[in-house]
Amino acid sequence: MSTTRDMGRTSDAADVRGGGEVQGVSTVPGPGSKLGWAAADSWTMTRRELAHWARRPVQVVVGLVFPVMMLLMFGYLIGGGQGVDGDFKDYLVPGMLAMTMAFGLEATMLAVTQDLGKGVIDRFRSMPMASGAVLVGRSVADMLQSVVGLAVMIAVGYAIGWRWHEGFVPFLGAVGLLLLLRFAMLWIGIHLAMVAGKPEMVQAVQILVWPVGFLSNAIASPESMPSWLGAVVEWNPMSATATAVRGLFGNPGADGDSWAAQNAELLAVAWPVVLIAVFFPLAVKRFRDLSH
Amino acid sequence: MSDHDAAIVVEGLRKRYGAKQALDGLDLTVRAGTVQGILGPNGAGKTTAVRIMSTLLRPEEGRVEVAGIDVMTRAGEVRSRIGLLGQNAAVDEELGGRQNLEMFGRLYHLGARRAGARADELLARFGLEDTGGKPVGQYSGGMRRRLDLAASLIARPEVLFLDEPTTGLDPRGRTEVWNAVRSLVGGGTTVLLTTQYLEEADQLADRIAVIDHGKVIAEGTADQLKSRTGGDRIDVVLRDASQLARAAALLPGAAVTDEDRRMVSATVTDRMAALTRTVGALRAAGIEAEDVAVRRPTLDEVFMHLTKGDAA
Ligand SMILES: Nc1ncnc2c1ncn2[C@@H]1O[C@H](COP(=O)(O)OP(=O)(O)O)[C@@H](O)[C@H]1O
Ligand SMILES: [Mg+2]
Repeated sequence: MSTTRDMGRTSDAADVRGGGEVQGVSTVPGPGSKLGWAAADSWTMTRRELAHWARRPVQVVVGLVFPVMMLLMFGYLIGGGQGVDGDFKDYLVPGMLAMTMAFGLEATMLAVTQDLGKGVIDRFRSMPMASGAVLVGRSVADMLQSVVGLAVMIAVGYAIGWRWHEGFVPFLGAVGLLLLLRFAMLWIGIHLAMVAGKPEMVQAVQILVWPVGFLSNAIASPESMPSWLGAVVEWNPMSATATAVRGLFGNPGADGDSWAAQNAELLAVAWPVVLIAVFFPLAVKRFRDLSH
Repeated sequence: MSDHDAAIVVEGLRKRYGAKQALDGLDLTVRAGTVQGILGPNGAGKTTAVRIMSTLLRPEEGRVEVAGIDVMTRAGEVRSRIGLLGQNAAVDEELGGRQNLEMFGRLYHLGARRAGARADELLARFGLEDTGGKPVGQYSGGMRRRLDLAASLIARPEVLFLDEPTTGLDPRGRTEVWNAVRSLVGGGTTVLLTTQYLEEADQLADRIAVIDHGKVIAEGTADQLKSRTGGDRIDVVLRDASQLARAAALLPGAAVTDEDRRMVSATVTDRMAALTRTVGALRAAGIEAEDVAVRRPTLDEVFMHLTKGDAA
């Protein structure tokens, strides 16, 4: 290379080079500001998702209406309740809330799978942004969607006759547990999207969540099931949340005899925390190593 | 060249996909402030090389320094000094042009106000200020490419990677992108540009590295490379294919005949002299020509020549 290096510039190169770029934006964070930047980057990514939603209002509305339809279907069409004492709507609504939160897994997985296929992800990865920001931003956006979704479900539940009986603070506690479950499921969804990120896999998961969803006490009491099945159902994270939430709302179905039923509130916290502790770092690492 | 004035240093880069050796010992040094062309056919390893240099991919072997920084161990620092225009559009297709640029500006930590101002500045510079909130998915190919280019310039990069910036564009889009690239070199930015077109490398690059099967097979200025292939070509298309042999004898050097196209071609050194001499000789011999043209060697010819040289 050295022999020809002085011939490197063509004679007209100097003319071709017009007005230029000034350099010198330093974007390497000091250790103290790293966390702040990670938060700022994540919020930018959340705003990106909100901007997407602003451009697809129909999809957003459908996303909110679907769980409501499910609630109405189970409440009126299938209604009756499998082995449930007391008012079925008081049993059903908390179960449907837990199920909606858990099924958020597939919505998140689908969104991440689609997003990862886009060219813009390469740009994000070539920029000096916090490595988990794309995912954290997604999780915050999905949580905002879930808050709205939960509010709609609760309003519809109220309209069809469901009531809570334990006052405001337990009510908030129940909402908190539901959102915690959503948050845990969301990170499983993100991780699955990155492990198996193909549209076919999303379809498989969309089908598989149904048996997992029904292997819970969301719409039927475990006491109406064979005992081995009842045991599986009681240890389902979704069941723990549903039972704990029923207790906090003062709804029926929170007074089982098993250890899992008696400690539903503990499990409703522990399950999501463990799931988040496992899947959050796995997902962020996967994203960082993407295509390496 | 010492590594000191080099903006990019690549040594012994190897990357494999399954059984396919995409990069097979790639070496390259790019001087700061110059435009380096990487010329190679589809599958030569251009994109793989760019993705490694821009921190998106890790090689199995080799070393890469960009702006004096090792891309494997200090990727974060490299990222704040580079801009990347990937082979495929890397902008958010659902958002508008300004929304995209502002978002990237925030991610470069310009702050909300400066990100907005920088977005407006770049939109104006690339002629995209009238696009409003129209989603990028509805842009023409050339517009999208210019927005993509604008996005890679937000943080005023020291080193800019352009991976096949005009592939898939119509001639107008290509001219737009060429003009945009020309307007931005000169402030000390080093540009590495990959292309399949000799003409593009010729137009934009100071130096060209020709790569094939994951390694550099020739390096130099456009003129140096072309003279290695034996210079320009003259193509003569005849009315009557039966006269091809006679016409071939009139052309300088070894002529190649193509019966189907009724064409005979030869290498020439002096374009104008060769043209006038050939036209005169054909007329004198009473051979009727439909077309006579002098042209630059094609990439195919450069390749044929270079790979022939390797084999010898
Ligand atoms: N993700 C991948 N998986 C498998 N093979 C790949 C992948 N990316 C590139 N290749 C192969 O590596 C070689 C080099 O590809 P690439 O760098 O894209 O070449 P270019 O950009 O010059 O067209 C090609 O043979 C291509 O098929
Ligand atoms: Mg390529």
